[in-house]
Amino acid sequence: MTAAKVAPGTSVARPRPTDLASQRAWDLAARVCDPEIPVLTIEDLGVLRSVAVDGTRTTVTLTPTYSGCPAMEAMRDDVLTVLRGAGYDDVTVELVLAPAWTTDWMSEEGKAKLVTYGIAAPTGRSGVRPAGAVRLQLAVKCPRCSSLNTRELARFGSTSCKALYECRDCLEPFDYFKVL
Amino acid sequence: MSTPSRTDTATAAAAVAATNAPDRGHDHNENEGHGHVEVDGVLLSAELVEGPSVASHDVAEYALWLGDDSLVLAQQLGWWISRAPELEEDIALGNIALDLIGHARSLLHYAGAESNRTEDDLAYWRTEPSWRSAHLFEQPNGDFAHTIARQFIAANYLFELYSRLADSADATLAAIAAKAVKEVDYHRDHAAQWVLRLALGTEESRARMICGLGDLWPFVDELFVDEPLIDRLDGVAVRPSTLRAPATDAMAPVLREAELNEPRGFISSGGGRRGDHSENLGPLLAEMQVLARAHPGASW
Repeated sequence: MTAAKVAPGTSVARPRPTDLASQRAWDLAARVCDPEIPVLTIEDLGVLRSVAVDGTRTTVTLTPTYSGCPAMEAMRDDVLTVLRGAGYDDVTVELVLAPAWTTDWMSEEGKAKLVTYGIAAPTGRSGVRPAGAVRLQLAVKCPRCSSLNTRELARFGSTSCKALYECRDCLEPFDYFKVL
Repeated sequence: MSTPSRTDTATAAAAVAATNAPDRGHDHNENEGHGHVEVDGVLLSAELVEGPSVASHDVAEYALWLGDDSLVLAQQLGWWISRAPELEEDIALGNIALDLIGHARSLLHYAGAESNRTEDDLAYWRTEPSWRSAHLFEQPNGDFAHTIARQFIAANYLFELYSRLADSADATLAAIAAKAVKEVDYHRDHAAQWVLRLALGTEESRARMICGLGDLWPFVDELFVDEPLIDRLDGVAVRPSTLRAPATDAMAPVLREAELNEPRGFISSGGGRRGDHSENLGPLLAEMQVLARAHPGASW
């Protein structure tokens, strides 16, 4: 794995490379969407970790959201398809685990897109979770009616990254992207 | 396999060799006979992190211990899909199993590199004595309370383990652990909520929770036994005996709130790390491995 140089001012979440050739490939790869949440790009998610063009060779690294997330396979294939379609013949997509992905890397724009799509965005930041055996969860806002009068139906939802909630005001169920 | 489970699908999807391979012998130790093999899933990077990607023999053995624990537990949990008491629990246990499969894949991938074996070689082509899982993870699902008791112990143990392994001198193990600990934290929470709900629910649910905890508790001890391997992996492995206090301390407040006593009684002799397994592992492996062995190299 060759870690690309990162432009000053870019975040840990979106380490866009500095050199023009790599940037061009990054911008292409960055358009690939999450197959389960198609409003989010892998760049919005912070899953795209590096793109390095070295001569004719292009190396892309992705990091999984969850260790067993099956969507990684689709993302890998889509990155390959997009780059090959743009004329990059020699493309390798690798998976890295460190540093571990966190919902803190999700872009503000991505969070807004999530809510519009009907999925509540992660509330608060990951990191040290409160001590104690039984935890309290911050209120999650309903993406439909913005009510805070919601309750968790199931901690584990339709995909690894989501929990299932219901709104007690508009009575609709909705997905919540868990803080990780 | 009588019931297609998500576990199978996940493992298999992560799995399978692309080309036809000739029949292989019992215990598959070499890569020979594979022909050209591709893993038709996400190709784990040869280097999950920067640094040496091939573990030493001892580190590989340690990774195998942890990977086997996760894979065996995931296989057990997969059985619940379509059988849990409610749909949400079906999904929860399936998701937990999927996380564990992810940990197992990373750990077995790393463990296998040293002997030139893939994660699938390790998952599908080892016979029972070559497995290193601890007995707790092999214990049958029982009723839902038994499964919750097993999850409660397993998740608390794994959380304390991975919290510390994230500081391992081995960069790959540290990376896997740092990722896994965040997921296991949710598993721990899930189990705690159910322990409370069952123990403080009806008389029936309370009786079952007490029974489940009592049946699983004998297998707690093995998790904290220091095997000779650990002495050779100072700074790399987490010494199991150092996890006893933190794991017990993490479980105690939940048990207290659930008005349950820590069970006392016999202690299982264990032996999983040396290849001495409970009677449950054989049938579990038979079910998990049958497809791969009946159709070596099959893919879909």
